[in-house]
Amino acid sequence: MIKKLVIYIFLILGGLLFVYPFFWMISASLAPESELSELTFLPSIISGQSYRQVIEKIPIIRSFLNSLFVSLSITAGVLIFGSMVGYALSRLQFRGRQLVFYVIIFTMTLPFQITLIPQYILMVKFAWVDTFLSLIVPYLMNAFAIIMFRQYFMSIPKDLIDAARMDGCNELQILYRILWPNSVPALITVGIITFMASWNEVLWPLIVIRNESLMTMPQVVTLFAVGGRAESQLGAKLASATMLAIPIVLAYVFFQRYFIQSMTTTGMKE
Amino acid sequence: MPPLRLNCYWINFRTFQTDNAMNLKLKNATGYLMVTPYLIHFSIFIAFPILFSLFLMFHRWNIISPMEFIGLKNFYRLIHDNYFWRSIVNTLVFLMIHVPLQIITALFFAELLNQKIRLRGFFRAAFFLPVVVSGVVVTMLWEQLYGFETGLLNRMLTTLGVDKIGWLISPRMAMPSIAFMATWKNVGLYIILFLVGLQSVPAHYYEAAEIEGANHWQKFRHITLPSINPTIFMVVILSTVGGFSLFIEPYIMTGGGPLNSTLSAVLYIYKQGFFYYHMGYAATLGFFFAVLILLVVFLQKRFIERDTEG
Repeated sequence: MIKKLVIYIFLILGGLLFVYPFFWMISASLAPESELSELTFLPSIISGQSYRQVIEKIPIIRSFLNSLFVSLSITAGVLIFGSMVGYALSRLQFRGRQLVFYVIIFTMTLPFQITLIPQYILMVKFAWVDTFLSLIVPYLMNAFAIIMFRQYFMSIPKDLIDAARMDGCNELQILYRILWPNSVPALITVGIITFMASWNEVLWPLIVIRNESLMTMPQVVTLFAVGGRAESQLGAKLASATMLAIPIVLAYVFFQRYFIQSMTTTGMKE
Repeated sequence: MPPLRLNCYWINFRTFQTDNAMNLKLKNATGYLMVTPYLIHFSIFIAFPILFSLFLMFHRWNIISPMEFIGLKNFYRLIHDNYFWRSIVNTLVFLMIHVPLQIITALFFAELLNQKIRLRGFFRAAFFLPVVVSGVVVTMLWEQLYGFETGLLNRMLTTLGVDKIGWLISPRMAMPSIAFMATWKNVGLYIILFLVGLQSVPAHYYEAAEIEGANHWQKFRHITLPSINPTIFMVVILSTVGGFSLFIEPYIMTGGGPLNSTLSAVLYIYKQGFFYYHMGYAATLGFFFAVLILLVVFLQKRFIERDTEG
């Protein structure tokens, strides 16, 4: 009985350790600037002043739409292309298939630090700097997604595919009309991981986007925090951070099970 | 265009022998067509950049003026670049705190969650929250918690009658502070990974050990730890590779200071490449750093495998 109690005490302390800082952040973003240095729980009055400052000073709404467009495009591309390559690697016979598989495994172990500089130069030469192309196209193929789909498709009975083929489906129809409806867990997993990773990506946008109206949300918030425009106003900084957190936290609240499952089956974080 | 045959999903599972020569050739072509987009993408965005960085390493170039061949000067410069070595040491310091702390904390909470308790899902969700939130948010938040005068942590210390700590302003504390924050952010993921590992240990192992009179620690040391070794290995590799890409935390919090104590390798490459536009040199740094990462991961793998066998 005492053992149980100790376990619960530790769990509750742990829960507070991970959740309380976020609670403090939201509370501080709603507090008047004068109360921030003493705030521990709730402010005496709720003030939207910090949020007004953020909206006035940086194009945060615009950057939200940019991020949404970029992340959704990448996710759609990764699902469409990733499943296509995964299908070819798992269910179609062709010479060199094994080689392609090894190439994909190789890219998974390759540290990104090696391609960072030359990829940027490529963007300059393509004249893709300050366009969404530079944010989207390099991410359209994803080794991890291909491998996930390959593994998943191998678990789908071969008879299903053969039957569809006899019935006159071509390979693309087999993939998108027959395998997709049977692969919802894989689609959700890859979709969530991809969306989250691209939503939270900040190093690459910092490099290739300089035009403020094209910046992604984490980028705008980062530059707000680092640059002088927050004028060291803590409230405004925390309000911008809260706004950045809200979309993904909302998604997490609704799809919590899927988030945890997806990330633990793959061991991936952003 | 022929209409799509939506009903082909509903036909019965039957075995057909379809692999005649004609059909195989057709499938061959389709297979190639389907991997072609990947191969094109791979050639442009991975293969070409690697080859190009090998070429860049022997040049000086700021993108605008013509490229200049300088032989091995970039390598010579790298060997004598104190900032680069400092950034490597900083990154290793980060890893030496972050990786063990991550494993211990994650195992601790996973053990707690693995007991017969109510609200397991609730606690799991709470521990996982920082994992899904952007590193930018977490960094901006902790920058305030770490504040020297009015930061929440120092205010708590003052209440307890302890001296304030210069979390981010003392060169000795800054990197450990960042490592602690990174652990806080990612540990939820590893808690769940360990929990999955713990739940796969057969219950009769523990029952047998209890009959033999083993205590808690003995059970943990001789049953739990060996059983979850693969998970530990995975966590070590994942948090090492993650730690080597440390960038946004020092970028926002400290800019690499104080006294370069939080200058991470990626931050230094970023500065060389996109602040000074030393493309050739930055490519050299990136290449060497990538080799170092692969080396460390390889050594960890060897070490853990040997440890398991022994």
